[in-house]
Amino acid sequence: MKILVCCGSGLGSSFMIEMNINKVLAELGVQAEVEHSDLSSAKGMKANIYVGTRDIASQLESLEGEVVSLNSMIDLAELKEKMRAVLIKMNLL
Amino acid sequence: MLQIILDILSVPAVLVGLVALVGLTVQKKKSAEVIKGTIKTIMGFLVLGGGADIAVAALGHFGTMFQQGFGVQGIVPHNEAIVALALKEYGQQTALIMTFGMVANILIARFTRLKYIFLTGHHTLYMACMIAAIFIAAGITGVPLVIFGSILLGLTMAFFPAIAQPTMRKITGTDEVAFAHFGTVGYVLSAGVGSLVGKNSKSTEEMQFPQGLSFLRDTSVSIALVMGILYLIVAFAAGPAFVEANLSDGQNFIVFALLKAITFAGGVYVILAGVRLILAEIIPAFKGIAERIVPEAKPALDCPVVFPYAPNAVLIGFLSSFLGGIIGMAILIALNAPVILPGVVPHFFCGATAGVFGNATGGKRGAFWGALVHGIVITFLPVLLMPVLGDLGFANTTFSDADFGVVGILLGNVLKLFIQ
Repeated sequence: MKILVCCGSGLGSSFMIEMNINKVLAELGVQAEVEHSDLSSAKGMKANIYVGTRDIASQLESLEGEVVSLNSMIDLAELKEKMRAVLIKMNLL
Repeated sequence: MLQIILDILSVPAVLVGLVALVGLTVQKKKSAEVIKGTIKTIMGFLVLGGGADIAVAALGHFGTMFQQGFGVQGIVPHNEAIVALALKEYGQQTALIMTFGMVANILIARFTRLKYIFLTGHHTLYMACMIAAIFIAAGITGVPLVIFGSILLGLTMAFFPAIAQPTMRKITGTDEVAFAHFGTVGYVLSAGVGSLVGKNSKSTEEMQFPQGLSFLRDTSVSIALVMGILYLIVAFAAGPAFVEANLSDGQNFIVFALLKAITFAGGVYVILAGVRLILAEIIPAFKGIAERIVPEAKPALDCPVVFPYAPNAVLIGFLSSFLGGIIGMAILIALNAPVILPGVVPHFFCGATAGVFGNATGGKRGAFWGALVHGIVITFLPVLLMPVLGDLGFANTTFSDADFGVVGILLGNVLKLFIQ
């Protein structure tokens, strides 16, 4: 399974969220490949789950995959809850 | 033998690869991951150089048309373009300053009250590069360059998050997370303007604001669009005859201008891919080591960390900062100074952030006026910065965000005082 985290230029924020997702996935005991990119590249990179903060998540809706929209980049509890919900929805948890 | 080792170490790509290698080894990664990470980091540096060639060639045509059309130098401030260009010259020094600057950041966080770890790796890289260029332009090289450069970089990495923190607490409602983006002087200024003008002004988030412009968050698209407009303006100013005879090899001047704008956006795209590869191993290592040595330090994160708190302020800030950029440009034209054009990336990211900071202290009036002042300020700073950058000061692009201007201008002029 592949998870792609996106932000405006795919350098800073998405990278931080990626590291947090790796932490959360380890806690949930789920294996996945996590990458980060800018919005332009997202379309060409097939992923099962796309993650972004709520101000850009609408830009990810047109891609074929689940979209996780975060209200906060720094709230680990929110991230874990939303990742858990989407993994349950995909029957992966 | 020693000569061979020195030769290898003087290749910047290899040097950053070595940094990644050490980082991965310290983290006790498996050997397959160590090899993979090291190769990718080296590749990142080489990719970045390729992107620089694309972007700088496209900008060269822009500069020529601008000069022909308006008779003065026109500069598009763009961090990625100037850094990619500069790394060809100062790659080795930059890699060393970046590495030891991160060490300095950890030590400062460990032993002083500035408990911030600056995690926006691309800005660490850009600041290291600018510091290297300014020291070298002032004649300081070798070991002193690396020592002073690293200390200065470490100080900026701890100092700027500290001055943003009071407003950050207001925005995020917590003191746990800090802010790391070298436009901080502009954001603090915007917050100051916000508290002056924003008495009783409602938050931007209480109003309905059309979100139709949010496709501009796609950086490559917005660079291509805004640069397309700028290229068209200069192509018309230079005239079809000039463009088709001297630059486009007969191709229609409008087609030529638009293609060059998209080529520039493409070059930036490649540079960003390179930067992403370079940072992929180095930043997690830096973060891991910092967390172990200074567990109580606050992680300082890239500017979009504040965007979800005020999406309306993000768009208002961008538009109003861009407007400030146009006003600033008009003033520079009137003064017959080098013309700093409104670069889309600085206004988008920094302007948006200035909007959020202004909103935090002064609601929608604060967001508008704060970002407007920010936009004017980042238009003037490059004019004063370019003279201290040495040869880099003659490029068609330069560093864009406020702190690069402030640090660079101070450093360059202090060095001038002491060295002459």
